[in-house]
Amino acid sequence: MAIEERDPLTGHRTTGHEWNGIKELNTPVPRIVYFFLITTTLFGLVYWVFMPALPLGTTYTKGILGYDERNVVRRDLARAAQDQAHWRDVVAQADFATIAADETVMGNVREAGHALFGQNCAVCHGVDASGNAGFPGLSTGALNWGDTPEAIEETIRVGINSAHPESRSAQMPAFGRDGILQRAEIEAVAAYVRDLGRSGADGAAADHPEGAEIFAANCAACHGDDARGNADVGAPDLADDKWLYGGGLQTVYSSVWAGRQGHMPTWEGRLGSLNIKILAAYLDDLRKARP
Amino acid sequence: MLSKLTKGEREGGLIILLAMTVIGLVIAIAGRGDPISAHGFLIMLFSMAVAVPVMRHLFDPEPSRDRLDSYYDDPSKVGVVLTFAWGAFAMFVGDWVAWLLVEPNLTFSGAWSSFGRLRPVHTTGVIFGFGGNGLIATSFYVMQRTCRARLPDQLSPWFVLIGYNLFCLLAVSGYMLGITQSKEYAEPEWYADLWLVVVWIVYFVLYLRTLSRRQEPHIYVANWYYMAFIVVVAMLHIVNNLAVPVSLFGAKSHSLFAGVQDALTEWWYGHNAVAFFLTSGFLGMMYYYLPVRAGRPIFSYRMSIISFWGITFMYMWVGSHHLHYTALPQWVQTLGMTFSLVLLVPSWGSAANALLTLNGAWHKVRDDATLRFMMVAAVFYGLTTFEGSFMAIRSVNSLSHYTDWTVGHVHAGALGWVAMITFGALYASIPWLWKRERMYSPALVELHFWLALAGTAVYVFAMWNSGIIQGLMWRTYTENGNLAYTFIDSLVAMKPYYIARAIGGLLFLLGALAGCLNLFLTIRLAPGEAEAERAGSGPAYGRPSAAALQAGE
Repeated sequence: MAIEERDPLTGHRTTGHEWNGIKELNTPVPRIVYFFLITTTLFGLVYWVFMPALPLGTTYTKGILGYDERNVVRRDLARAAQDQAHWRDVVAQADFATIAADETVMGNVREAGHALFGQNCAVCHGVDASGNAGFPGLSTGALNWGDTPEAIEETIRVGINSAHPESRSAQMPAFGRDGILQRAEIEAVAAYVRDLGRSGADGAAADHPEGAEIFAANCAACHGDDARGNADVGAPDLADDKWLYGGGLQTVYSSVWAGRQGHMPTWEGRLGSLNIKILAAYLDDLRKARP
Repeated sequence: MLSKLTKGEREGGLIILLAMTVIGLVIAIAGRGDPISAHGFLIMLFSMAVAVPVMRHLFDPEPSRDRLDSYYDDPSKVGVVLTFAWGAFAMFVGDWVAWLLVEPNLTFSGAWSSFGRLRPVHTTGVIFGFGGNGLIATSFYVMQRTCRARLPDQLSPWFVLIGYNLFCLLAVSGYMLGITQSKEYAEPEWYADLWLVVVWIVYFVLYLRTLSRRQEPHIYVANWYYMAFIVVVAMLHIVNNLAVPVSLFGAKSHSLFAGVQDALTEWWYGHNAVAFFLTSGFLGMMYYYLPVRAGRPIFSYRMSIISFWGITFMYMWVGSHHLHYTALPQWVQTLGMTFSLVLLVPSWGSAANALLTLNGAWHKVRDDATLRFMMVAAVFYGLTTFEGSFMAIRSVNSLSHYTDWTVGHVHAGALGWVAMITFGALYASIPWLWKRERMYSPALVELHFWLALAGTAVYVFAMWNSGIIQGLMWRTYTENGNLAYTFIDSLVAMKPYYIARAIGGLLFLLGALAGCLNLFLTIRLAPGEAEAERAGSGPAYGRPSAAALQAGE
């Protein structure tokens, strides 16, 4: 098979083999290939000498530089903590009014709060804290569990109907499913509640007198005679025409029929008290900017 | 087609299919209440569907001995059609997934169509369905020609091809049913994995038998690569999928590895799947089709040797570069990074060997879209291997890891290299297989080429941009040392690039569909070789010469 043959184009010999018409030239490997093979190999060997590289049974070669990326992370974290101590210490120790009054601290709270809120809260409450169906908007309006920064901080810390032992807990009964109210009564009270925010208390009572009576007898205990809610028990304001689960008549009816039990996780273990306080100050600031 | 099989082969095939039908039925019944039951039915119906035509031809007369004097190409033909079919399906799913990232509600509320289930359908569909069928079809073609030996028997190639596609079907349907072991590129559960082992061993033995019967004194380079593909994929597949099933008739299993060992095993598998499935096999393809189509000798046999052994030795070590800055000990990361850098040299050796082979044939590259597919594939192979080594450097990886840059890198390889070389090889071999003068429409091949190139470019540029922006946004701090952006901020910034990516994918898909149409038209309508010769126009481009071959048995 081995026939001496020269490729007319390149002048190189073929290897003398042929497979199904395919031949191969016996071109020498270009020098540059050896150059780069040796260079990259040498780089690898030198890198092994300087860096952690080779296993030695139960340990490994640490390298001349003694580089350990865990130490790098520890050092970076310590440096970052030191750089931020000047404002984080203020947040940790001062009350909310003092924090809000200090522009330097607030500038940092806004930056850190944006990141904290975006990474942890925005998935449910929205990037701009305006809420989603089933998840309350936080930037405006009354909050179910109170809207002072202290109340917000506590809500974030323990959560709502969460696993935390001090969790805020509230449950709206299932008035229909549990047979407390009849279907017609729920329709009446739902219509009344739905119109509270639109027509005002008097207007709604005039349009739905039966609903107003049922409300006074069954709902006012938690939501208040004026339906303005009660932050102590987490009962939402029903007169502001802002709806957590949607303001359609059908949705309001469903809320009364089957009850509601919202859930917010506790963040104490995950974020720690300082970050929670930053978030509370951040939200308080956000709410002031958007009355 | 079936009457070319001997009676014994038909009977043997039927026995296997009936046995599988029974096994499928047993799984379907014994696995009631478990998702594996659906797969029992699938195995049963699949086996019955293949058994029907076998039974219809069971009593056909024994084929003449003439068949042994020509290569056995029927499995390659079916494999080529399956390659296009899987490609069209899986690229469609891929583009769907791309649009899901733009508009997440495009799942139409189905559990089966959620992102987490469709994505592996896409990856398995393109890698194993499209790529794997392309490799099997071309390897049967190439090994016969370069060994000048007919396939030793006619049953085992069918077993490999059909069995392999059953594996792909089990995998893809399983994801939509929620069956997965959650290892990237190794999602199929234990029973599908076991089946693939059986198929793969038959494939391996078939290849060895053909090689041992060769009429050529030397083994051609393409066969080295195909063999490396078969041997190493078997090794990777078996080790990474070691698992204990929860029950004999249940889909769920638990991996033998846990924690960081599991992660390292997975990426040793994952990166070498890239190396030996998506690189080695397709280099085998390139080493045959490119020189034949160009009509030029391989630039340098010595470069082939250096590249082959460089790649084969070096790739084994580099999987850990997928786990930089993780719980994996740093010394393992060091090894992965340094071997990745050396690996660049043999990789570029292969790309250069391919491109330098084209010296003296560049006018053909200009005129012939099929050869141009292969040329561009070699260029993208070079680009992607450079990018891969670059991204394996720890400090680069700290920017690129977890971003769309990785996705862009993978697609530069998958679209630019794997799919382009496959389409080139298929367009070259379709007329040879079906004895046609050429593809029915060279214009459609040309259209496919430009759609594929444009789609790849749009896709890759979009992902480079979005990946680097993501990486930078995640690590940008304000002057006061606070994170400047949240993850959601980076998602919002990605949206235009996700739209561009989905459009790039759509272009690539349209090209593949043009290829499907051209395949259909070529099989049905293109003039045969004999007619072309009568008309006085020989084949336009390099065609393998026909020399006496080692007859089949």
